[in-house]
Amino acid sequence: MSRGIVSPSEWATARIRVVLRTLQVLLLGGLLLTGLGPVLWLAKAAITPTQDTLRTPLSVFPNGFDFANLVTAWTRVEIDKHFLNTVVLAAGSWAVQIIVATTAGYALAVLRPRYGGLVTGVVLGTLFVPSIVLLVPLYLTVVDAGMINTFWAVWLPSGASAFNVVLVQRFFAGLPREMVEAARVDGAGPVRIFWSVVLPLSRPIIGVVSVFAVVASWKDFLWPLLVLPDPAVQPLSVRLPALQRYVELDVFLAALAISTVIPVALFLIFQRLFLRGGALEGAIKG
Amino acid sequence: MAVQSPVRAAPATAPREPGSASRRRSPVSWVRRGGLSTLLFLLPLLIVFGVFSWAPIVQSVVMSFQRTNLVGPAEFVGLDNFVQVLTDPLLWTALENTLWFAFLALLFGYPIPLVVAVLISEVRARRGLFSALAYLPVVVPPVVAVLLWKFFYDASPSGVFNTVLGWVGLGPWQWLQDQGSAMPALVLEATWAAAGGTVIIYLAALAGVPADLYEAAEIDGAGIWRKVWHVTLPRLRTVLLVTFILQIIGTAQVFLEPFLFTGGGPANSTTTLLLLIYDYAFANSLGGDYGAATALSIMLAAALAVFSVVYFRLTKSWSGS
Repeated sequence: MSRGIVSPSEWATARIRVVLRTLQVLLLGGLLLTGLGPVLWLAKAAITPTQDTLRTPLSVFPNGFDFANLVTAWTRVEIDKHFLNTVVLAAGSWAVQIIVATTAGYALAVLRPRYGGLVTGVVLGTLFVPSIVLLVPLYLTVVDAGMINTFWAVWLPSGASAFNVVLVQRFFAGLPREMVEAARVDGAGPVRIFWSVVLPLSRPIIGVVSVFAVVASWKDFLWPLLVLPDPAVQPLSVRLPALQRYVELDVFLAALAISTVIPVALFLIFQRLFLRGGALEGAIKG
Repeated sequence: MAVQSPVRAAPATAPREPGSASRRRSPVSWVRRGGLSTLLFLLPLLIVFGVFSWAPIVQSVVMSFQRTNLVGPAEFVGLDNFVQVLTDPLLWTALENTLWFAFLALLFGYPIPLVVAVLISEVRARRGLFSALAYLPVVVPPVVAVLLWKFFYDASPSGVFNTVLGWVGLGPWQWLQDQGSAMPALVLEATWAAAGGTVIIYLAALAGVPADLYEAAEIDGAGIWRKVWHVTLPRLRTVLLVTFILQIIGTAQVFLEPFLFTGGGPANSTTTLLLLIYDYAFANSLGGDYGAATALSIMLAAALAVFSVVYFRLTKSWSGS
């Protein structure tokens, strides 16, 4: 077993062990309170009547449940529609990002054209341009193209992620060259090698990019707010702040809870991928 | 920004198989050698980046020198937009607020993830549970987090945070309604939402510290504190320097919290630079002042780039990795 800062002999010292254990229990308590606490509170508030949440926000179900909140939010407030919009936006952004990143990664890392260095350089360069610089001209581009209030306005720009391209390109460059060469000797063309050799070997990196793509799309706010002014096509993130003004509190909190369920569920299922991806993000952005 | 990457990009050009270079470079042989299919594979990247990244970046620079509205043709106005932005009294308020946000975010948000990560890295059983709990707030959609915290910050005595304060005989506080406490309240939520991501980065770096360094330190008689100070922190130096500049760059562009919590209020005490850019461009329904918005965003990007370059020059000698 790998060791950390504290050595086994230090762990064996009673005083150190007591101090460390206490610290760790305090840490766990703190993390439960700050990490899980707000999420659990939201889950509770989603099925609590408004008056209870307003008068005694921290007591647990003083006057029973109100499961109708969830139903009201889902149907009457049309969270179902915005939920579906969010899913469709995420799915489309995912598809565009995967297509751009894998084809580009393949061309740059495996096919290696002479001008590849230039393309890589220009893609990397965009990592250093803050997205705020793009906001206004990108908005005008979308207006000119007549894509306002269509999902394409969100899907297509999401593909221009230098981070994805770099990740996939680096992974493809690390694939065993012999497998590609062997396939080529067997007469496979570039498309066949891409589809039957490179992609099947790339599940781990495609998983990471997928998680990033879906999570980023689910979180996105400012861009969909600008390009999807019609409430009928808005995702949850854009619709929720507007709902706050005219929906009753308990139903509103239920809507917040519904919006949180999918990302949290994805996190619990793909925990390893999330945590590895988070660390990767730090390494690359640095 | 010239953020230097510790991870080097893979070499994109590599020696080709012998023979191919000696062939004549005619379009036909180019196609036969797979030049066309390579280009087709690059097409999605070229289109998407060209239209939605490279062109807008160039256009942004051009627009900062233009007066544009959606009706008439754009006309060049020299530095007018920059002058207009720089003489806007609100700019200095926004700059001050943004710096204040960045400072508070460093104060709250920089040490906490490091301490938490070091503590988690010493947990021997169920370490995954600790890191999952730390990361959970990052997974909550940011809009939901802000709206939830907005309710927590409710200024009435029965608000969530004010209830807790009441238990220890404090409050009720005004939180978001008070000019003094609005910004710290925003920073508190932003720190809660972001800290887990930094914890994970530090945990990955901590896992990479070789155990024999600790053993060597122990042979020299070092206790736990000295090992942390002389082994762990120096080993994390590079990643600490990077998370520092990333946090500065991130907080300089804070938008969501002021936009959703306070809309810049009370009395412009939470108007940040990005909120100002948004207001220039989009707050006016009759068509925005796109020139001013792009001018300010270009200035912000340039300032961040200069800051990053200076930062990495200054810290270069410290970060021998």
